[in-house]
Amino acid sequence: MGKTVLIVDDSATMRQVVSFALKDAGFEVISAVDGKDAIAKLGVAKSDLIITDLNMPNLNGIELIKQVRQTPGHKFTPIIMLTTESQESRKAEGRQAGVSGWIVKPFTPEQLLGVVKKFIR
Amino acid sequence: MKGPEDRHKEIFREEANELLSELEGSLLELEENPEDGELVEKIFRAMHTIKGSGAMFGFNEIVSFTHELETAFDHVRNKKMPVTKELIEITLSARDILREMLENSAEGVGDNERAAQETLSRLKRILPGPLKTEAENSRLKDEKEKENEKIFRSSGDPVTYRIRFRPGRDIFKNGINPSFLINELMTLGDCLVIAQIDSIPAMDEFDPEACYFYWDFVLTTGQGVNAIKDVFIFVEEGSELKIEAVDEGDPGKPADYKRIGEILVEKGDISAEALKEALSKHKNLGQILVEEGAVPHGRIASALVEQQYIREKRKSLKEAEAAASIRVPSRKLDILADLTGELVTLQARLSRFSIAENNPELAAIAEGVERLTEELRETIMGVRLVPIENVFSKLKRIVRDLSGELGKEIALEITGAETELDKSLIEKLGDPLVHIVRNSIDHGIEPPDEREARGKPRRGTIHLSAAHSGANVLIQIGDDGKGLDAEAIKAKAIEKGLIQHGTELSGNGLYQLIFASGLSTAKEVTKVSGRGVGMDVVRKNIDALRGTVEVESWKGEGTCINIRVPLTLAIIEGLLVRINEEHFVIPLSMVEECVELIRGANEGQNGKHIANVRGDIVPYIDLRELFGIGGPPPEIGQIVITEADGKKVGFLVDQVIGENQTVIKALGGTFKQIDWISGATILGDGSVALILAVPQIIKWMENRETERAAFRAE
Repeated sequence: MGKTVLIVDDSATMRQVVSFALKDAGFEVISAVDGKDAIAKLGVAKSDLIITDLNMPNLNGIELIKQVRQTPGHKFTPIIMLTTESQESRKAEGRQAGVSGWIVKPFTPEQLLGVVKKFIR
Repeated sequence: MKGPEDRHKEIFREEANELLSELEGSLLELEENPEDGELVEKIFRAMHTIKGSGAMFGFNEIVSFTHELETAFDHVRNKKMPVTKELIEITLSARDILREMLENSAEGVGDNERAAQETLSRLKRILPGPLKTEAENSRLKDEKEKENEKIFRSSGDPVTYRIRFRPGRDIFKNGINPSFLINELMTLGDCLVIAQIDSIPAMDEFDPEACYFYWDFVLTTGQGVNAIKDVFIFVEEGSELKIEAVDEGDPGKPADYKRIGEILVEKGDISAEALKEALSKHKNLGQILVEEGAVPHGRIASALVEQQYIREKRKSLKEAEAAASIRVPSRKLDILADLTGELVTLQARLSRFSIAENNPELAAIAEGVERLTEELRETIMGVRLVPIENVFSKLKRIVRDLSGELGKEIALEITGAETELDKSLIEKLGDPLVHIVRNSIDHGIEPPDEREARGKPRRGTIHLSAAHSGANVLIQIGDDGKGLDAEAIKAKAIEKGLIQHGTELSGNGLYQLIFASGLSTAKEVTKVSGRGVGMDVVRKNIDALRGTVEVESWKGEGTCINIRVPLTLAIIEGLLVRINEEHFVIPLSMVEECVELIRGANEGQNGKHIANVRGDIVPYIDLRELFGIGGPPPEIGQIVITEADGKKVGFLVDQVIGENQTVIKALGGTFKQIDWISGATILGDGSVALILAVPQIIKWMENRETERAAFRAE
């Protein structure tokens, strides 16, 4: 049974890129357009890993991470955040909220997979 | 056909266009309600998205342009800048430029540079702080690249690392499962994992959501320490990660590795003092440490595993190194050299035949065969060559031990240890060299006090050197000792009947007598002259190698023994000569010159043949006579003048044919007693030529002279 990744981004482009790379590597992918959508999806579908953007309408990334950690069954789910710059403050903020790792945009599919495989197989 | 990249780009354009349309509406709305934070947020996000997604596909123009707009709205968002009419206006025109950029990028043209620059400079004027400079932007970009780059690895020579990874207790709460990291680490190379469990608390204190484990790894990887750090890139905070290189994978190191206590101290698991104390109890160290509670059992296990692991690594490295070269019995090499010799002979026949045939195609084949045979011969000779260092290093030990024993101070200087010569020669040179060096130490170099009294440095020197000289190797063993005692040698030689009373021998000629058998065996001579024990044995050994040995000595200053041996035993450079129908080979290394002899000129004084070579009297041997070859001698014969052991002797032959690369064939056991002949070779036409053992013939001749003289004296 393949692992399922939830990609949360308000940019259709990013959702497309991430999901393409992950499906190529054999993962199931579900998408959410913002934090609120993500919480809703978590309620109905299994997710083994969450990749989320930080700047989103209707519940931003940091808030989403905090909420996911409170959601039953997702206390230990790995969460990767997408950042635009290597901003230490963002990382610390994410870490505080319970993020597992991050990747800096722009990235290649290989780089994305390299990070994802640190958390799930 | 469009690849995924193109499809992604298309989606990006669609999305960006949509966002830009929305942006127009939002901006107009914002103009009406400048305090609407939600709207500002939305505009910022649109910029952010265009920038972030655009960067994924290399829309660099769009990315850098949007970056400035994003910065402006970040300021607005953080209430550092008010929403003004001008801002709205600039942003609106920026939006139009972005749209154009998007369209142009689709069509592959782009000329928005000027408009973009204008808009940006307008924007700069209304920003509270200066826009980020180019340099700063590129620095940020570099950092970003570096961050992602960490995922890529370089590879180099394998190094063994000792790693301790102690995750923070709450690592699970960040969604990190250490087992994936351990798995990832194991993909880097050979890896041993030791789980440490001593931190697991009692059941009632146990938090099931906490991580109590920690791990020790011994990893061998060629990917460098950064690859290891990358594995743990997301767990640095709150976790402990220690990476140390413990073995550089140098095959030269002994397979033995550090002792268990050393490892523990190095890892900081135990203090040096505690180790010392434990060691003093003479029990199994690991056991003691555990019993004492100085270190938990898991730590000992970890150190033990590391020790075992590196020992095995080093062992397998050694084995791998050994596999790079193979051992072949030298007998096989001998056969190979023999066969090559046959091939050389056959090739010579082919060449002769092809010249006679005058057939261009045959000539081409013959040339090709000649070239290949030559290469083959050289390669095989090369295989048998080893550096003389092997013998020299044995001598180092002898100098060290013996000088200590005799209370002498001696330095050994070595030059040319890399000089290569045939393996079989090296083996046979060992004993003579040991003998000579022992003599130098024992009798040549004076005790320190005596040296000092003579104004010499207390420390004597023995100099060993080896060098190629033509087809020979010249080995010199020199010392700065007291030199040979000419008078004692002379007296002894006369006593033994080696020379006659009143015989005048030049200094060096006299010294050569130490190699004569009668002289050297006498113990008391050794004591008087200080030199010469077993020198006849040395000479015999060197003769057997078709080499020569000479001694030079300077009273009170030192002695030098020069040994010349051919590079190889299998092939010699020879001079081919003819007597009637018979051919002989004289080793070229001994040939001095060739002169003509007009018969009847200087023959037969007291049965001796003497030739006059530019005023020098040189005795010669008539080979026709020596080997009993029939046929009439020619009017004009030729004398090949050779030099061996410092004496010149000529060989009279009918004709000197020329130089010849001679592959030596040993004669069978039947001919063992014939010491005039050192071997045979097969000539191009298939006939056999004997190789003359020049020193032995000269010696035989001298003996005969002495006998005759004795006979006459009676």
